[in-house]
Amino acid sequence: MLSLLGVLFDGLAYGALLFLISVGLSVTLGLMGFINLSHGVFAMLGGYLLVTLMDRAGWGYLACLPLAFVATGMASLVLERTLYRPLYRSSHLKQVLLTVGIIFVAVAAATYFWGPGQQRVTLPEALRGRLSVAGVDLSWYRLFLIACGALITLALVFGLERTRFGARIRASVDAHRTAEAMGIHVDRVFQITFAIGSGLAGLGGALGVNVLGLDPYFALKYLSYFLLVVVVGGPGSVLGTLLAALLLGVADTTGKYYVPQVGPFVIYFAMIVLLLAFPEGLLGRKKAK
Amino acid sequence: MSGSAPPVSNPSESRWQALRASERWRAPEIAFWVGLAAVYFVFPKHLLFASQILITGLFALSLDLILGFAGIVTLGHAAFFGLGAYTAGLLGKYGVHDPIVELVAAAATAGLLGYASSFLVLRGGDLARLMITLGIGLLLFELANQASDLTGGVDGLQGIEIGPLLGVFSFDFLGKVAYLYVLAVGFALFVLVRALMVSPYGLSLRSIRENPRRAVAIGVPIRARLTNIYTFAAVIAGVAGALLTQTTQFVAMDVFSFQRSADLLIILIIGGTATLYGGFVGAALFLVAQDRLAHLSPEYWLFWLGILLIFTTLFLEAGVVGGLLRIETLLRRRFGGWR
Repeated sequence: MLSLLGVLFDGLAYGALLFLISVGLSVTLGLMGFINLSHGVFAMLGGYLLVTLMDRAGWGYLACLPLAFVATGMASLVLERTLYRPLYRSSHLKQVLLTVGIIFVAVAAATYFWGPGQQRVTLPEALRGRLSVAGVDLSWYRLFLIACGALITLALVFGLERTRFGARIRASVDAHRTAEAMGIHVDRVFQITFAIGSGLAGLGGALGVNVLGLDPYFALKYLSYFLLVVVVGGPGSVLGTLLAALLLGVADTTGKYYVPQVGPFVIYFAMIVLLLAFPEGLLGRKKAK
Repeated sequence: MSGSAPPVSNPSESRWQALRASERWRAPEIAFWVGLAAVYFVFPKHLLFASQILITGLFALSLDLILGFAGIVTLGHAAFFGLGAYTAGLLGKYGVHDPIVELVAAAATAGLLGYASSFLVLRGGDLARLMITLGIGLLLFELANQASDLTGGVDGLQGIEIGPLLGVFSFDFLGKVAYLYVLAVGFALFVLVRALMVSPYGLSLRSIRENPRRAVAIGVPIRARLTNIYTFAAVIAGVAGALLTQTTQFVAMDVFSFQRSADLLIILIIGGTATLYGGFVGAALFLVAQDRLAHLSPEYWLFWLGILLIFTTLFLEAGVVGGLLRIETLLRRRFGGWR
């Protein structure tokens, strides 16, 4: 039996993954108002890259992670240039259609290359054991996930709040036009942010193969989770996204352990209620028009 | 259309004439419905498939009302379709066998859900709408999954009995009665929808889509309009769902699935939004293609579907019907007022 603390711990690890994957979506949505339903595809790509490199090329787990980040980021740039960019200024409907189309293609491609089954990853020796703290068994793997989440949050907050590039991002999110008038290349800022965000999604997908699972329908299955994290957290806010991701992770895990028959109900219900209660998101920035 | 009208000095006069002209049934429209009636005689062996197309077309028409005309983006329209399907199915299983009664009941439950959820859906911006419609759809899917005692869960709802239509015509397994029944219901609803959309009411919906601020300025009650068109669309979707149940005598859980909502969007986009006929044309193209290609391999089907979606979005804005209308306008301009 898992104690309450153990469930909480699992929930936090799960939340950290959701955060890693969704934070890029949050920033790009806040920045460009582009509704990218296919963001999960990047997480999927990261996961499959990891699986392939470990199985076929024999790379180590830890070596694959940075590669998943970089490769997914690069791949996202190509897509951004060819498919997303023409639709930045068009209607939300078109963005939805395009990105749903991308999801479908990704599902088919993943099935073609890796088959329809679930993928598993053999963790390195160091991450397999458990650590006993005050009677609660904590797996090293999940501790590692939480540590990654914490590190990247710190890096993102520092980058956004303390660097020149971060200031440019914030300016572009808050007042797109004014930022452009001040000489900031909002397009360029967006491109780089998009690549970093997608790279993080790839990293999250790679880290989470054993927690979230990985199959061709990954992007569709978690679509509502990613959107939920972003919308509840408030598009464009890193800490809001973190808070929403952790809340959602803990709530979902708790629900699954204690009331499995209610299943995903809790999440969908919470999603509708939260959206109605906080249309701007928990810590959302009010957008200056 | 205004090109064919006789020259009038007063511009508001000619605009009024253009509006009148759009009210009249045109030759291609009449041909379309006569053609559908002729299907009964030309393809007597494919009537069940033809009814599926009509039902999907009707379902797409209901999406067209809120998406094409009113401009509300939704990812969960299957919720109403599924609710109608299950309402009819459950009634048919537990004692109510009259098709018309089932149809009305399905319309009522779907309409109720539509009315109740319209307040949630119309609250936020496009993104929040997407999420809420998606959420409602997923919620109902889970509900059907969990309440498997009632709905049959993954196995689907079986043992549905549908009585004879009007107490006289019982459904045969070639689908003859089914096809005529679906055609009649579809046509009746279409006439209603068409009349609504060419009326000032329909014009006010378009004005909301094009420019909400100006719509408010000319006195269009936006919230009320959107609430009741959303409800109306839900009613039609519910009827379409009920028709599917009655013609197949089976309800599978995938009536609620995300895939169905997404497919429907694709159908409407391929056919062309805000054209009234786009849904039917799209449904025919989509289902025939699916019938031919999907059993080769479902994954490949999804691949081509995705590619098609990306290309339509990037390059083919108006859909098939929109494209045909544009060609017609071009020809008109070229050759003057032929009719």
